[in-house]
Amino acid sequence: MADVVLNNIVKTYNKGEVKAVNDVSFEVSKGELFGLIGADGAGKTSIFRILTTLLLPNSGTASVNGFDVVKDYKTIRKNVGYMPGKFSLYQDLSVEENLNFFATVFNTTVAENYDLVKDIYVQLEPFKTRRAGKLSGGMKQKLALCGALIHRPTVLFLDEPTTGVDVVSRKEFWEMLKGLKQQGITILVSTPYMDEATLCERIALIQNGSMMTIDTPDNIIKQFPDKLFAVKADNMSRLQNVLRNDPQIKSCFSFGDFHHIIFKNGNEHSQNELIQTLQEANFQNIEIKHITPSIEDCFIKLMN
Amino acid sequence: MTSEVVIKTDKLTKRFGDFIATNEITFEVYPGEIFGFLGANGAGKTTAMKMLCGLSTPSSGNATIAGFDIYKQTEEIKKHIGYMSQKFSLYEDLTVIENIKFFGGIYGLSDKQLKEKSNELIETLGLQREAKKLVASLPLGWKQKLAFSVAVIHEPKIVFLDEPTGGVDPITRRQFWDLIYQAADRGITIFVTTHYMDEAEYCNRISIMVDGIIEALDTPDNLKKQFSATSMDEVFYELARGAKRKSD
Repeated sequence: MADVVLNNIVKTYNKGEVKAVNDVSFEVSKGELFGLIGADGAGKTSIFRILTTLLLPNSGTASVNGFDVVKDYKTIRKNVGYMPGKFSLYQDLSVEENLNFFATVFNTTVAENYDLVKDIYVQLEPFKTRRAGKLSGGMKQKLALCGALIHRPTVLFLDEPTTGVDVVSRKEFWEMLKGLKQQGITILVSTPYMDEATLCERIALIQNGSMMTIDTPDNIIKQFPDKLFAVKADNMSRLQNVLRNDPQIKSCFSFGDFHHIIFKNGNEHSQNELIQTLQEANFQNIEIKHITPSIEDCFIKLMN
Repeated sequence: MTSEVVIKTDKLTKRFGDFIATNEITFEVYPGEIFGFLGANGAGKTTAMKMLCGLSTPSSGNATIAGFDIYKQTEEIKKHIGYMSQKFSLYEDLTVIENIKFFGGIYGLSDKQLKEKSNELIETLGLQREAKKLVASLPLGWKQKLAFSVAVIHEPKIVFLDEPTGGVDPITRRQFWDLIYQAADRGITIFVTTHYMDEAEYCNRISIMVDGIIEALDTPDNLKKQFSATSMDEVFYELARGAKRKSD
């Protein structure tokens, strides 16, 4: 059964001038960890706000746990947890006070649902008397997650929980999500970090308000239409110029210590020709290999 | 050799009470170099950057930025650097052209230079149609590219970039790095922070801060060798997971 359903949702701003969400439809199954992957301005936050009943769509329908986001907004608000992109707990209340406050608002107590937040809360406990505004970014993020979970929601909406957070804290955060998933909570999470996509069961790649594709990360990678190669040599910046201007090459993008390229004519022959071209252009330590695309390769391909 | 150094720090330290935010950091950055300044949240990067930009007085240690003393010549430092962050961008309710003229004016460009620079900038960025539009109406990626171009409008010796590509789409992120390379080729030194580890690979050298200390400083290749890692992601993880401050 689907916990979250969107049918042809449209949301515009400025009297229709800005199309933030453009005919978006998808479903999230019960207990699924679903990722919305896209840059700032893609429409991720508008989708979250519509699903959490904080924003009305211009057209289309959506439901959460079978309840309509427009008609049954009161029921939905009782049942879902929402962690907005911007830290929204009370800065001048302590960690403890914030959690008690949110538990009370939802007619429950911290003790009642402690098992759900325990693993996260133990990391916060040493700072429980500290004001939320005085916490570090990583700790604020953990507190916000606890706050969103305190009433044992059926669906958890996490809008860019890892933006601006370092690699170590990001890894820890995704470990926490895995733990929550095991407790049966449906999770809809958004992120601009493409490397986090593979940690979701299914993902939607979104750009300029439109869904480019929805599937499991593996299937999206399998559907990559071209043969992808990674190239490296001693002078990467000069190499990029040469690759970009090579008539045999369809696209070239930097990926860390390699450039990823697609040949117009994707066969082994082009590969050997390129090595020869690069050798003639005096490149040293040339390395070229056929690789499996990453989600970021797929995203770029779909954007073009 | 000293004349060839654009950033030179010697045991630069900043204390807040008994908390040592930046602890005796010593390093040098050379002209036209792309220097990646990495570290976990709370490692002391922002504090260090504020000192390097002449915005915060160190507790101890020394530094010169573009040849100017970090204690006595902060106004000179500000004139010779550019700064851009993900948050501080441009004035949203001014047009593209107005922003260019405003910031160019602040950096002391003459009317003639301003005119030339704004035309040149609008052309290179392909913003001809948007020149008279409010910056608020531009997509984030364009705003960031414009913000960068404005930050180097006065051809500074150094430009400080604080997470310039956060939240930007993958194609625009790469176009942004093209701009960085072009600026570096003109001799502008780039001092950049990022949470994208693939971008760490695009830097000539990288420093990684942990708990206020520079724990590692080298080229991406050497760092990978040093930590027997296959990616910068692994190097960073190896160093930063030992951080004590991250939970504070």
